[in-house]
Amino acid sequence: MKKKLPLFALFLFFFSLLLFCHSSLAFESDELLVDDEEFGLEGGSKPQIKPHEPAPTRSTTTTTRRKVSDQDSDSKIQFSLEHAFGDSDFVPAGTFSARLKTSSHGGQTLTKLRFSRNAFTGEDKEKFEKLLQDDDFYRIRLPSNTVSPPGRDYIISSVKARCLPREGLDEHFVIHMEGVNILAVNYGAFGACSYPRQLKLPHKWSFNSHTVLKNSEQAPRAPIFAEEVLGENGEGEIIPPPERSFWAKYWMYLIPLGLIVINAVTQAMNMPEEGVQGGGQTQQSAAAIQRGTGSAVRRR
Amino acid sequence: MDWHQQYIGKVKHAVFHTQKTGRKRVVVSTEENVIASLDLRHGEIFWRHVLGINDVVDGIDIALDVITLSSDGSTLRAWNLPDGQMVWESFLRGSKHSKPLLLVPTNLKVDKDSLILVSSKGCLHAVSSIDGEILWTRDFAAESVEVQQVIQLDESDQIYVVGYAGSSQFHAYQINAMNGELLNHETAAFSGGFVGDVALVSSDTLVTLDTTRSILVTVSFKNRKIAFQETHLSNLGEDSSGMVEILPSSLTGMFTVKINNYKLFIRLTSEDKLEVVHKVDHETVVSDALVFSEGKEAFAVVEHGGSKVDITVKPGQDWNNNLVQESIEMDHQRGLVHKVFINNYLRTDRSHGFRALIVMEDHSLLLVQQGKIVWNREDALASIIDVTTSELPVEKEGVSVAKVEHSLFEWLKLKGTLMLASPEDVAAIQAIRLKSSEKSKMTRDHNGFRKLLIVLTKARKIFALHSGDGRVVWSLLLHKSEACDSPTELNLYQWQTPHHHAMDENPSVLVVGRCGVSSKAPAILSFVDTYTGKELNSFDLVHSAVQVMPLPFTDSTEQRLHLLVDDDRRIHLYPKTSEAISIFQQEFSNIYWYSVEADNGIIKGHAVKSKCAGEVLDDFCFETRVLWSIIFPMESEKIIAAVSRKQNEVVHTQAKVTSEQDVMYKYISKNLLFVATVAPKASGHIGSADPDEAWLVVYLIDTITGRILHRMTHHGAQGPVHAVLSENWVVYHYFNLRAHRYEMSVTEIYDQSRAENKDVLKLVLGKHNLTAPVSSYSRPEITTKSQTYFFTHSVKAVAVTSTAKGITSKQLLIGTIGDQVLALDKRFLDPRRSINPTQAEKEEGIIPLADSLPIIPQSYVTHSLKVEGLRGILTVPAKLESTTLVFAYGVDLFYTRLAPSRTYDSLTEDFSYALLLLTIVALVAAIFVTWVLSEKKELREKWR
Repeated sequence: MKKKLPLFALFLFFFSLLLFCHSSLAFESDELLVDDEEFGLEGGSKPQIKPHEPAPTRSTTTTTRRKVSDQDSDSKIQFSLEHAFGDSDFVPAGTFSARLKTSSHGGQTLTKLRFSRNAFTGEDKEKFEKLLQDDDFYRIRLPSNTVSPPGRDYIISSVKARCLPREGLDEHFVIHMEGVNILAVNYGAFGACSYPRQLKLPHKWSFNSHTVLKNSEQAPRAPIFAEEVLGENGEGEIIPPPERSFWAKYWMYLIPLGLIVINAVTQAMNMPEEGVQGGGQTQQSAAAIQRGTGSAVRRR
Repeated sequence: MDWHQQYIGKVKHAVFHTQKTGRKRVVVSTEENVIASLDLRHGEIFWRHVLGINDVVDGIDIALDVITLSSDGSTLRAWNLPDGQMVWESFLRGSKHSKPLLLVPTNLKVDKDSLILVSSKGCLHAVSSIDGEILWTRDFAAESVEVQQVIQLDESDQIYVVGYAGSSQFHAYQINAMNGELLNHETAAFSGGFVGDVALVSSDTLVTLDTTRSILVTVSFKNRKIAFQETHLSNLGEDSSGMVEILPSSLTGMFTVKINNYKLFIRLTSEDKLEVVHKVDHETVVSDALVFSEGKEAFAVVEHGGSKVDITVKPGQDWNNNLVQESIEMDHQRGLVHKVFINNYLRTDRSHGFRALIVMEDHSLLLVQQGKIVWNREDALASIIDVTTSELPVEKEGVSVAKVEHSLFEWLKLKGTLMLASPEDVAAIQAIRLKSSEKSKMTRDHNGFRKLLIVLTKARKIFALHSGDGRVVWSLLLHKSEACDSPTELNLYQWQTPHHHAMDENPSVLVVGRCGVSSKAPAILSFVDTYTGKELNSFDLVHSAVQVMPLPFTDSTEQRLHLLVDDDRRIHLYPKTSEAISIFQQEFSNIYWYSVEADNGIIKGHAVKSKCAGEVLDDFCFETRVLWSIIFPMESEKIIAAVSRKQNEVVHTQAKVTSEQDVMYKYISKNLLFVATVAPKASGHIGSADPDEAWLVVYLIDTITGRILHRMTHHGAQGPVHAVLSENWVVYHYFNLRAHRYEMSVTEIYDQSRAENKDVLKLVLGKHNLTAPVSSYSRPEITTKSQTYFFTHSVKAVAVTSTAKGITSKQLLIGTIGDQVLALDKRFLDPRRSINPTQAEKEEGIIPLADSLPIIPQSYVTHSLKVEGLRGILTVPAKLESTTLVFAYGVDLFYTRLAPSRTYDSLTEDFSYALLLLTIVALVAAIFVTWVLSEKKELREKWR
């Protein structure tokens, strides 16, 4: 009987642990659901991929150099990336391809952005090396409208060439979209580029590209409360701070006072004891008193 | 500590009111859209109303009340004469724009009700002066007639309305003013066509110009007949080439023509001939005719002669006779006379005297009577463009003059206390007291409270105001060069602020202006000494100045380097010295700038490329190149606000310790730009767009790389947006169409790349990246936090307090629609506020979340005062860390000192030093007494 109970408790613990694990697993799948909301997958514990739908890669982040998969050709668009070394003219350097998705209310968005970069030619390499030497700008540009390039104008972005070389040439695009328009492109190194920029040649002359598509976030709404929350207490600032307790206010006086009292009490305790013990040894007791402070108390 | 000054602006119209009322007043309307009643004896304001920015006053007159016509002739208001209360207001509708005219006929009275005739928007309205009721309306726009003049016929209730149809058809209507009945309509064509203003010479004759501007056309419409008579200007013996225009005036039988830079007074003789009466230069100003005593008329002519101004009052029609001739000494800092209004009064000997109200080039208003300036008002201060501050001179100890003065003062004081002082001595004591009183001294103080506010006004006049009492220390009307006759001033920059070296140099400011209105006009630079108020230097540049950038570098004389960007996107370095260029060359590759083209919806980043290539070698000119661009789609976004951080802002600490003993690192970058865009449909007035088609997008942009750090859409929101960017946060104010309320949002940015630096061991071992230089080219790892609150008021301006070291907590200064300044703690705009903050969070100072920001009446820094027409708020740190100086300006000026966290670093003024001293002395005495006593006692014990 005595052993059974812990066993039972242990079982219960494991059971609850299991339950917890299960629930946390379920929670994880929920997260995924939130991610894939725009693909219309609602309910269900696992993200089910319908056979005719392409794999649910997030529209916002797509690694590059994917092969062009099966897509409707009519909704596929391409636009080119152009680059310039320092102040030279812009020349094509790569191609972005994406799917144009038309939503029910007429808005168009780009999804599944892919990027293929043209390899550097020998001439490009030389130019880039010169940029590295001079700590000059490597500039890129994209059309401001992806459907009818170049739109109003080209979106330009630049980076100091010395920021790019790592193992290869690491580049990172963040493309800010508004419908089919490109608002801005943030182009730069994948990681940090600390200030005294060191001259460093890449080991391999190939680009390692990362692209991210970004759309605007929704602003959080202003919190709305019931009226009574708002009343006079809404302006908590002007309410005087609550009266502090007596102890909090006067501890600095109370502690020394307490010490004095304790001291006096111990003195008073010592006195009668000595008086009982010593009896006639008044000389001694007088000496003891002299050492003490509260002498006035017992001096008659 | 605070001061408040009231102004009205440059006077446009003035109407005197002298009838029987005990106190003589003048009612004026100004270019700042102010209607004011001034005391004629002292120039003080009896009452004043500031109309809105778009409510421009077109005309002002006195019927029973003060009648004003404003908003392009669509609003007619009556104000009670004694106290300025609005009596009634009428809106006059019309279809087409036309010249707004206001006429209050003197004799058209039915009982007490006099008729007001207003011609505006193509219609003629007759309005009752008692309640503003529109009695009748006649639409001339329907007959495509543009009304030029409404003329009252003498001693009858008929009026003439004359106008053009097209440019050559002349129409004259005779109308019964009481009921609007058309009595007669005549029309005639003039082949030459008409152009410009008309001048009424008599009640049935007017003069205008033909389209070639070389022929004066006299039109008479007597006896129901229209007759034209042409007089070639060359026939009058005048060269008519150049700009000819007729100036509006109301002189009987005479009119004024301005040709190039002189003015002609031309009289219509009894035989209907024109003859030149007088010829003056263009600086001469003539007043309107004034009727005094039974049909006699007079007008004033003001001419400049050296440092003097000659005022002559002449009887109507007689040029050679003078009623009054006076000459007054005029400060040349006031510039030329722009306008003059005259008024008559009865002298003690029952003869007629005249006084003149003069409006000067520097917008000041003077009253001249008996050859003296009775009072003057510096009304340029109503139109401040830009403000900066300057330190006062350091107090020089032991200067002999000061010593002598001091002993003199002591002597005077002694005399005063012994009741021996004469009235002059008393006045002298008062003056010295005032001068040396702590707050209005002309020297620097220990706490940095005393400063000079250098103020640039629309009148091209610079004022230095003492922050202690707001008095004008000096004023300077900027020198006008021959090359440019319509310069406009733009901005003030601190050019030289002697600090460490060059202490014996006076600080100076740079005034950037341009010659003309367009942004491509060549720039003008002026340098002004802030101690003496002298213009040190002035240049007319060959290039324009679209943007001016003070650089964070100074040369050996502490002159700050400035870059001027011209309209070809070239930059020019100032000062043009070899030292400046060598400093600039060192930082060549680290100079970036950005430009916001709000109309195109483009933001661009630029860097310096190379020296300018051109025929003329200019070492100080540099070509630039575009580094990045952000292009907003025209169909969905329109830039309405772009705000950057104050360049001289100081941030005390980068780390923010939260309640969980955690550290958050603020993302602090000087190169942060806040941009707000709205849907083009929703860029108009509030209510012009549906919530569904309105949105507001806010951006935080790094201006070196053009990286968008933060982008957020507020759906159903629209402008106007007022924003302030400081430290790592931005606060902006806009209208939420869905909630029908104004909102304020806050966004804070935190740097995640430094978030790992929490380990003490790491910090000790130096394994942290806190000292590594920050580069914009690194990919930022940031997080943002935002929150939104409702705010009751609409806002005119937003600023934030700034202190010397940035330790003191911040307050937002919000210029409300009621022209007051509200101080709101930044803690209310903290994105970390939650409904139920934990105990730890409460201790940190986080306020429980509420949906709207509190407006606490005590936190109005302007108290009960109003800064009418509030346009801007400037905050300047004092030397005392807890204190910040606030200057709010509009039509009025207001200055105060704020301590957002109380004055924790100084004792209050009512602190009793005597008590402190007394306590110390008492304690010391007690110690001695007890010591002596205990010594004695010990001795006694030992002897026992």
